[in-house]
Amino acid sequence: MIGEVFTWLNDPGHWKDTRFDTGIATQLTAHVRFCAFALLVALIIALPLGLVIGHTGRGRWLIAAANTLRALPTVGVLVLLTVVIAPHFYGRTDTGYLIPTEIVLIVLAIPSILSNTFAGVENVDPAVRDAAEGMGMTGKQVLLKVELPCSLPLIFSGFRSATLQVIATATIASYLPLGGLGRFIYDGLAQQDFPQMIGGGVLVAGLALVADLLLYLVQRYTVSRGLTGRFSKKRIPDARLASVTQAEVAAV
Amino acid sequence: MIRFESVSKRYPDGTVAVDELDFVAPSGQITVLVGPSGCGKTTSLRMINRMIEPTAGRILIDDQDVTKVDAAQLRRGIGYVIQHAGLFPHRTIIDNVASVPYLLGTDKKQARARAMELIERVGLDPRFAKRYPSQLSGGQQQRVGVARALAADPPVMLMDEPFSAVDPVVRDQLQEEFLRLQSDLGKTIVFVTHDIDEAIKLGDQVAVLRVGGHLAQLATPAELLSRPVDEFVAGFVGRDRGYRALTFTTVGELAVHDEQTVTLGAPVPSGADLDNWILVVDAANVPQGWLNLVELSRDDTTVSADLLYRGGTLATQGGSLREALDACLSSPSGRGVVVDSDETLLGSITAAEVLALIEKRRPAAASVTGSGSERR
Ligand SMILES: Nc1ncnc2c1ncn2[C@@H]1O[C@H](COP(=O)(O)OP(=O)(O)OP(=O)(O)O)[C@@H](O)[C@H]1O
Ligand SMILES: [Mg+2]
Repeated sequence: MIGEVFTWLNDPGHWKDTRFDTGIATQLTAHVRFCAFALLVALIIALPLGLVIGHTGRGRWLIAAANTLRALPTVGVLVLLTVVIAPHFYGRTDTGYLIPTEIVLIVLAIPSILSNTFAGVENVDPAVRDAAEGMGMTGKQVLLKVELPCSLPLIFSGFRSATLQVIATATIASYLPLGGLGRFIYDGLAQQDFPQMIGGGVLVAGLALVADLLLYLVQRYTVSRGLTGRFSKKRIPDARLASVTQAEVAAV
Repeated sequence: MIRFESVSKRYPDGTVAVDELDFVAPSGQITVLVGPSGCGKTTSLRMINRMIEPTAGRILIDDQDVTKVDAAQLRRGIGYVIQHAGLFPHRTIIDNVASVPYLLGTDKKQARARAMELIERVGLDPRFAKRYPSQLSGGQQQRVGVARALAADPPVMLMDEPFSAVDPVVRDQLQEEFLRLQSDLGKTIVFVTHDIDEAIKLGDQVAVLRVGGHLAQLATPAELLSRPVDEFVAGFVGRDRGYRALTFTTVGELAVHDEQTVTLGAPVPSGADLDNWILVVDAANVPQGWLNLVELSRDDTTVSADLLYRGGTLATQGGSLREALDACLSSPSGRGVVVDSDETLLGSITAAEVLALIEKRRPAAASVTGSGSERR
């Protein structure tokens, strides 16, 4: 079986587009595009919101509310949104399907980014904040020069976990007539072509690992050594990611 | 000069932390606020740089009402040191120290040069400059905290229990260095502590607060020890205040006796006229310790360092009576060793003689002064 999956993946014919089938390269690009867009929008919404709530201490209920979003059944929401939105779009565009998919992915990504950003700011040592204010930093300076850099380890871990979830979940785009790596999984299942199905799963997992590695490298060069303690005692917890990769990929 | 004019602070929950506080912290001096936990020391201090706003009264710095100045602007001109230093964990030591100059828009290179100077000035190894706070001990972090507060050379410094989170030995060092620094810099300092010994050691004047934020007494350390105004202050100042007050009493020249000595490395002396204890000095006539002639075994023929009792403290000629008395009490021979300011031996004095001096001073004890140079 493993051999067959390997053969499927290794066949150059499967990577290129043909008259009848879309190849791996194109689907991979589509998948990356869905995910990148959703993550970017989620980051633009959740990061400033988390920073401001953490800094002011006001609007904590939003964090709790966002966390309840995690409990929504993804496929159910997707179907519901499609039923509501798709009829408004006619013709040969994908927009009617794209919008519900992106909404689902954005909603999925927001809670981890938001709650980790909030927790990062909230966990800044009160003595550090006190010193920052006491030396004459304005509220904005305290946020941008102290609270944000000190929160980065947690923000990164939230964003990385969101990335893994989104990459794994983006396969549901193929539940609707859209592309992405989920295509191989759904088609493989429908055609009883198991090497194709498992091959699709392997590609999703591979993409998740590569994305996580890239983010790890970015993190390494943006987060101060004084926080990561790559020389000493203090270590910032960064636990979630490994378990998420496996669990999420397996769930699909 | 910092002036409190009937300053009160009532928190929204109704707690009155400070009540009608009136006092002046003179320029160039250390004013210590001391009192039991919850008496409003921190609240009073933080009202000076507007980290807390008073609910009544005014605070003036050099006749300028602090509430009339923009808070951030005001704070950049006031050094602020807190208990756990509150260093920025993501910045190196040098960048931590340069924080306020950066805020003021000082050129980066210049700010760092100044920071480097201060790092050395507070007694830190310059190699620490590139390290991060988590790589430093608590005492070292506290030094960085002081350096950071000094970086923009503010005329006023506020310090909230800056040395209370370190062990007693380090605390002592930090206090000594702080006094040395202050004698060079002459800042106007308000210093908060709950430790009366620290208050007496560091303060040019000490304000004792009682719970509810009332000023119980404002006085020099010597006055506080010799004439506490009421039961509360007396109790707070503590039991051995009489002995500690001797710190502030000097007697000019002590009349010393000649002391027989033997030099380190010389043969063990013998003779009927010798006492059981003989003082050992080095070649420069600096006392090293006492030698017990009775306890020596036959094999000990030369005076070597490992035979010495080193327990005794030394009194400096011109120093305080407390030093003199302590030298007597701590000396195994009962004779207190008196040295010159360059640490060379002058002679010895007995506890009875010191007590006689104390007796003689008694009527004048009330008029002792306790500020400035006599403190050290
Ligand atoms: N934000 C606040 N809200 C309500 N009450 C407060 C607040 N901050 C302080 N208090 C109260 O005001 C009083 C004085 O507090 P403050 O922190 O000034 O004491 P302190 O003398 O510094 O004590 P400590 O030696 O324990 O630090 C205390 O009774 C405290 O409980
Ligand atoms: Mg306090």
